[in-house]
Amino acid sequence: MSAIAASHAREAAAERRQAILLVCFCTISGAAAQILGKVGMTHFAPNLVAIVTNAPLMGGYALYGFNTLLMVLALRKGELSLLYPIVALTYVWVTLLSYTLLREPPNLFKNSGIALIVIGVAVLGSGGKK
Amino acid sequence: MTPVLLRSMLLVLTASVIGSFGAVFLKFGAARINRNPLSFLNWQLALGVALYLGSSVFYFLGIRGGQLSILYPLVSLGYIWTLIWARIFFQESLTRRKCMGLALILAGVVLVGLGAN
Repeated sequence: MSAIAASHAREAAAERRQAILLVCFCTISGAAAQILGKVGMTHFAPNLVAIVTNAPLMGGYALYGFNTLLMVLALRKGELSLLYPIVALTYVWVTLLSYTLLREPPNLFKNSGIALIVIGVAVLGSGGKK
Repeated sequence: MTPVLLRSMLLVLTASVIGSFGAVFLKFGAARINRNPLSFLNWQLALGVALYLGSSVFYFLGIRGGQLSILYPLVSLGYIWTLIWARIFFQESLTRRKCMGLALILAGVVLVGLGAN
């Protein structure tokens, strides 16, 4: 491989890594948004004032917006078929957060499920070439 | 299968299809972004966000019906649609690594759904 081709390949790999990291971060804020939404829905009332003053719900929506922005920035450079499945990491964070914050009981299915998702994302992220 | 479950399944399936098109339009819109912040205001991005919001409405209506062990796997079908659209619209390669990673993720989502009941 020529020096120029090698430097292009390095650059592409760095861009790819950056996009993947961005999406991973995106899933953390996405999970926080989901938990906030869940908390907000427990005292949901179907009128506009109640919805707008529902801090967890509004916080959740704001995070969703932020989230979408990050996703768009990642998609600018990265492949959709690579990045989109990584969004499934959200399930991992939501499950872990609901263990700790919402005191939902853990079980073997959930634990092995989130382990498989993490392995799957690792497989996607480990590719050396595009 | 109860009518309520069938309805939830259809809602969630619809959400997964709409959401996958949301991702496609976000990708189209993302390609048009440059240093100018106003470049964020393009119709592809707006449509992508609208489709996402629309899909979340169907998703929440569907998920209300409970039975997450059946509904979660349906949600994750969205990943498969997106993979197909990425191939058709953006000529992305479907490598063995991507398929393996996706298969593991799908299996994981199914298990999380089973555990949620």
